[in-house]
Amino acid sequence: MADLVDLDLAAARDGLANKAFSAAELASAHIKAMEAARNLNAIIVETPERALADAKAADARRAKGASLGAMDGIPVTIKDLFCTRGIESRACSKILAGFKPPYESTVTANLWKAGAVMLGKTNMDEFAMGSSNETSALGPVVSPWRRRGDNRPLVPGGSSGGSAAAVAAGIGLGATGSDTGGSIRQPAAFCGIVGIKPTYGRCSRWGMIAFASSLDQAGSFGRTVRDAAIMLGAMAGHDPLDSTSVDRPVPDYEAALTGNVKGLRVGIPNEYRVPGMPAAIEELWQQGIAWFKALGAEIVDISLPHTKYALPTYYVIAPAEASSNLARYDGVRYGLRVDGEGVIGTYEKTRAAGFGAEVKRRIMIGTYVLSAGYYDAYYLKAQQVRALIARDFAQAYEKVDVILTPTTPSAAFAHGEIAGDPVAMYLNDVFAVPASLAGLPGIHVPTGLTSEGTPLGLQILGRTFDEPTVLNAAHALERAAQYTARPDSWWRQ
Amino acid sequence: MALDDKTVRKIARLARIEVTEPEVAHYAKELNHILGWIEQLNEVDTKEVAPMTRVVDVKLPRRPDIVTDGDKQADILANAPATAAGYFVVPKVVE
Repeated sequence: MADLVDLDLAAARDGLANKAFSAAELASAHIKAMEAARNLNAIIVETPERALADAKAADARRAKGASLGAMDGIPVTIKDLFCTRGIESRACSKILAGFKPPYESTVTANLWKAGAVMLGKTNMDEFAMGSSNETSALGPVVSPWRRRGDNRPLVPGGSSGGSAAAVAAGIGLGATGSDTGGSIRQPAAFCGIVGIKPTYGRCSRWGMIAFASSLDQAGSFGRTVRDAAIMLGAMAGHDPLDSTSVDRPVPDYEAALTGNVKGLRVGIPNEYRVPGMPAAIEELWQQGIAWFKALGAEIVDISLPHTKYALPTYYVIAPAEASSNLARYDGVRYGLRVDGEGVIGTYEKTRAAGFGAEVKRRIMIGTYVLSAGYYDAYYLKAQQVRALIARDFAQAYEKVDVILTPTTPSAAFAHGEIAGDPVAMYLNDVFAVPASLAGLPGIHVPTGLTSEGTPLGLQILGRTFDEPTVLNAAHALERAAQYTARPDSWWRQ
Repeated sequence: MALDDKTVRKIARLARIEVTEPEVAHYAKELNHILGWIEQLNEVDTKEVAPMTRVVDVKLPRRPDIVTDGDKQADILANAPATAAGYFVVPKVVE
């Protein structure tokens, strides 16, 4: 049954419906793939027994004619950012080692309610702070992709690096991710798969370990746009436990995938050309524009004048919110405790030992920009620029329906290749962060390979809660690109 | 606004993160680099701009002020590094 892992989510769903195979057989095939890929370090907690139990329950429902729908019996992996009841959930930080939540995040609860099968938890940058998965306390993820003729390990992107690598390596048919400033779209780009960050408020944040609460949003990874759409549909929805979750119905995302983009107005923002961007990415973008034109879409040049200020704005707002959210890790209620002098000394020693370098750096920045005397100069200023960035998008969407841009300014880099300068690492998310600040939906679609054989692709952004249009445009782009590349399975043991 | 060692120590104290002397110098250099890069925001004229305080323009929901949860003492204490008699245990605070 080894070939079962080659099916995508939609095909597996159809196979389960036709009784071509059982959910237990599908789960077994994916458990085997997971166990054979341990050298990628993508999965940090394997739950094979849970997967088989979930799968058998799905089979039993199906036998009674009571299948729960598209996700019933579909094996998935869960980013370690989501609290899963009784299963260690630590956001890949040392400070939360051993934390077993007594509750379940709403997003994962929704998936289990839809019948999804849990394979395990995926590696990530510590507290989702990183763009290469190298800040994880559990070690970096090795991308399933390699440059042609070069065995150096590549990063899978981050922060949802383990989830993206798992889907690219055929471990699970979908994965959850979270995107605060590109943490779904950038790893999807580096791993050659689809990743969607929906509108802020579309998925509940309850039970998601918080990084920056005005930016954090859950989303899905899939091998295809259809797969990501099906999975997102099962994750999304209103939740009274998250006051920013929006009470509006979740559309049938799969039904939106007509592939018809005739008359769709596609905006091309001039500001998404950055110095030093490889020619291959500019070519890919031009190719994407040509595909949309050929499909009858209308290409419209637009301007998003504050784009260049998005990253520095993000690196005020996100660390500020993080410094506040991460104040809860004090060695008293959960996780690590290192005893020091008195209660303050214990806090200080616990946090010094428990947080990694990037997390500490961001807490320090966040504490500084919120501190007396600097609040107006940094935090208030950043909130004002954030308003201008959101206004840029609002004005653009008066003229266009979606926006087409590159997803990343480069393809995947090797482990340790961008080290030493945090700002150089931050630049990875230059095209992802503006939509995060504005709360808008965005998707990455793989469309080609570099001359070295690593994946590249494009990002489509849309209006607030217009995921159907974003997904359909992505579907049209995917079909035009006919991207079918998969990494060689060199890692299989 | 260059960050000196004294400010780094103050920030670390506010953030409740113990820092060693070599770390102080390292942070001063690194944070200055990042803050220097952030200062490009000063190029943007924001005199007439209201700060963005909500992402999606919806009214925050209200609910009746009633208890909907409870009786979870064991759950709440389950992950604590030290507990006694149904409490979290912390180092002595009052002499």
